[in-house]
Amino acid sequence: MASSTPTLESLRTKNRLYWLLLAIGGLVAMAGMYAVHMMESHGHIITGMNNQIVWGMPHVFAIFLIVAASGVLNVASIGSVFGKAIYKARAPLASLLSIAMLSGGLTVLMLDLGRPDRIIVAATNYNLTSVFAWNVLLYSGMVGLVVVYLWTMMERRMNPYNKMAGIGVFVWRFVLTTGTGLIFAFLTARQAYGSALLPPMFIVLSFAWGMAVFHLVQTSIYMWNEKEIAPAILQRKKHLLGVFVLGSLYMVATYHFTNAYFSHQQGFERFILMDGGVYPSLFWWGYIVLGNIVPLVLLYAPGIQRDRWTALASLLVVTGGFALLYVFIIGGQAWPLQLFPGYEVSSTFADGQISAYSPSIYEFLLGLGGLSIAFLITTVSVRVLNFMPQDKPYIAD
Amino acid sequence: MKFLVSLLMTLCISLAWAGEAASPKLDIGKGGQCVEDTQWMRKNHMHLLKHGRDDALRRGIRDEKHSLKNCIECHASTKDNSVIAREDSFCVGCHKYEAVKLDCFECHSGTRKSAWLAQRNKK
Amino acid sequence: MSEIDIQRRQFLKTSVGAAAVAIASGMMLYSVAQGKSEGASSKVRWGMLIDTNQCKPGCNDCVTACNNENGLSGGTLPTDSQWIRKIEIKDISSGRELSLPMMCQHCEHPPCVDVCPTNASMKRADGIVLVDKHRCIGCRYCMMACPYKARSFVHEAQHDQNPDVPRGKGTVESCTLCVHRIDVGGKPACSEACPNKAIIFGDLNDPNSEIAQKVHSVASVQIRADLRLNPGVRYQGL
Repeated sequence: MASSTPTLESLRTKNRLYWLLLAIGGLVAMAGMYAVHMMESHGHIITGMNNQIVWGMPHVFAIFLIVAASGVLNVASIGSVFGKAIYKARAPLASLLSIAMLSGGLTVLMLDLGRPDRIIVAATNYNLTSVFAWNVLLYSGMVGLVVVYLWTMMERRMNPYNKMAGIGVFVWRFVLTTGTGLIFAFLTARQAYGSALLPPMFIVLSFAWGMAVFHLVQTSIYMWNEKEIAPAILQRKKHLLGVFVLGSLYMVATYHFTNAYFSHQQGFERFILMDGGVYPSLFWWGYIVLGNIVPLVLLYAPGIQRDRWTALASLLVVTGGFALLYVFIIGGQAWPLQLFPGYEVSSTFADGQISAYSPSIYEFLLGLGGLSIAFLITTVSVRVLNFMPQDKPYIAD
Repeated sequence: MKFLVSLLMTLCISLAWAGEAASPKLDIGKGGQCVEDTQWMRKNHMHLLKHGRDDALRRGIRDEKHSLKNCIECHASTKDNSVIAREDSFCVGCHKYEAVKLDCFECHSGTRKSAWLAQRNKK
Repeated sequence: MSEIDIQRRQFLKTSVGAAAVAIASGMMLYSVAQGKSEGASSKVRWGMLIDTNQCKPGCNDCVTACNNENGLSGGTLPTDSQWIRKIEIKDISSGRELSLPMMCQHCEHPPCVDVCPTNASMKRADGIVLVDKHRCIGCRYCMMACPYKARSFVHEAQHDQNPDVPRGKGTVESCTLCVHRIDVGGKPACSEACPNKAIIFGDLNDPNSEIAQKVHSVASVQIRADLRLNPGVRYQGL
């Protein structure tokens, strides 16, 4: 690993840059707060969401953050559970990212509620049959468990418990992503959801998205410290990301193929994949091409070994993730519920019609606010604590 | 630090002095004692409403006497038939003074039902 | 420190001091309070039988009656609440056309109740499915789960509600089967308003009721019966 000796001047510039980054993150978070204030005082009328598309852009952001937060822990698990040294060196950073993204995602979900002021009700009245209620426990438990895990890594006296905490996190995050998938898997009445494939699909997607986010952050941190990641390490990370991207592509393909197999689902598949306007475009161009094919080329094509290309591939995987979630969440709701199979249906309440949705600026601001919370937590923590991966010179497992 | 402590002390002393608090002037509607003793109601109306709401909505046990509608029937202003329309309306006046958020009327009507029905029938 | 602030603090202090004693005595007094109704009974199962042969295409009387009764605007924007709507359906193979009202089907096993994180969606003992707006946090999961799209989210602040029908911004709502009428012995506004008496309301568990006898003697179906939710609303002539 090559690194240049920092000069006083370069440190000063970095210090200024750090505060600039904080200021930008803070501004975006403030914009998010403004959006929340507007949604609170005017109601959801100022968003693009309505009685047909009940979950919108904020949910795309929130679910991406939560799914990626679970996936990013893969890096930690490979280190702690399977004992790979280069991953173990990155486990603290992965844990930090997980907490940051969970916080951001949950903030968005919470502030999008119709009555966020009543959030305490969710803790005092608990419905055991509700996946949402399970998730309240799963998410808060995750944050707690990851904090303990971090503690066992950063406090020398707690080191012996590291393996135990690592296994705990490993199991918990599988359950957590299963819970996120179940939110949709239990919606049996809607054609886009109600499939047992969804929890495993979300788990594999979380691997890819989490790995991509981890790569992005790691590249930034190495750049900040003017270090270059060792080619051998980069190589292994690249392959892992590639495998995860392929895996998630397989799961998404399986989901659509099984749907297309049932004749009562073919109308919906045709809508999402062919003639649904924005949804097929986002699916094919956004998810398949930008989010899968281009990153795979960048990761595997011979001759491009630079970490910048891997970072670009990661960025594209993240973009593809957003595109897929938009198609899945919003496209899934846009397709009408079938109350009378075999009948042509019409009403004043959009029965039998494809619902329109155009997200408002407030929804984007709220979602970006969640991203900025994750960004701020990461930036400040990386600055004040030691999250820089410390690789030993020799890395054979 | 010293300044803070002395500030706190001053606050405590001034609190202790303010013995007789002037309560807010309310438009009490028809007024008088309705379902329970006035002083008792001042302290407990929220408990009645809270338990009554669960009974009425979730179990269908409607306690007409202690219902929010009955409160409003009696205490809405004789001028505008409302417990929330003005600064000195029955509910608003006191809740402003106590700085306690009044959440009932986000959903519930603050208008006397008889007046509301008369209004609707006119339309 | 203004005079009023100091007084306010004092007022708060005395209130807090009295609270503990007050709650205990309050509970006792409450339990002996007079004039309470019996409450919903699990012996009853309220339901409706809708005769689609009697339901006229283009007639909107049940919808108008519902809007008037429950203080809905009657608007049909995607953000407006619609507790009941008329659906016009046409059999693709035979061309037969029908018209019918659709509202909360008051399922025996309601998905909205299953998914609600705070128990705000609830089923009364007599089978009426309601939203407890004191608990609803506005997550809209029930709207995602309902197979009948029966629920609406209140997108704007509400004013001048019917004192019997509370509705408020940020909470989910749907047909209450006019529970405020049922509890005083009445029947739902839509059923009352239908000029052809196409909506029969009654107790499905009472063998002597008109609805129970009719359900017993004529063919009727539940919509999306494949989901096995056992809705309390049944349709005849579909």
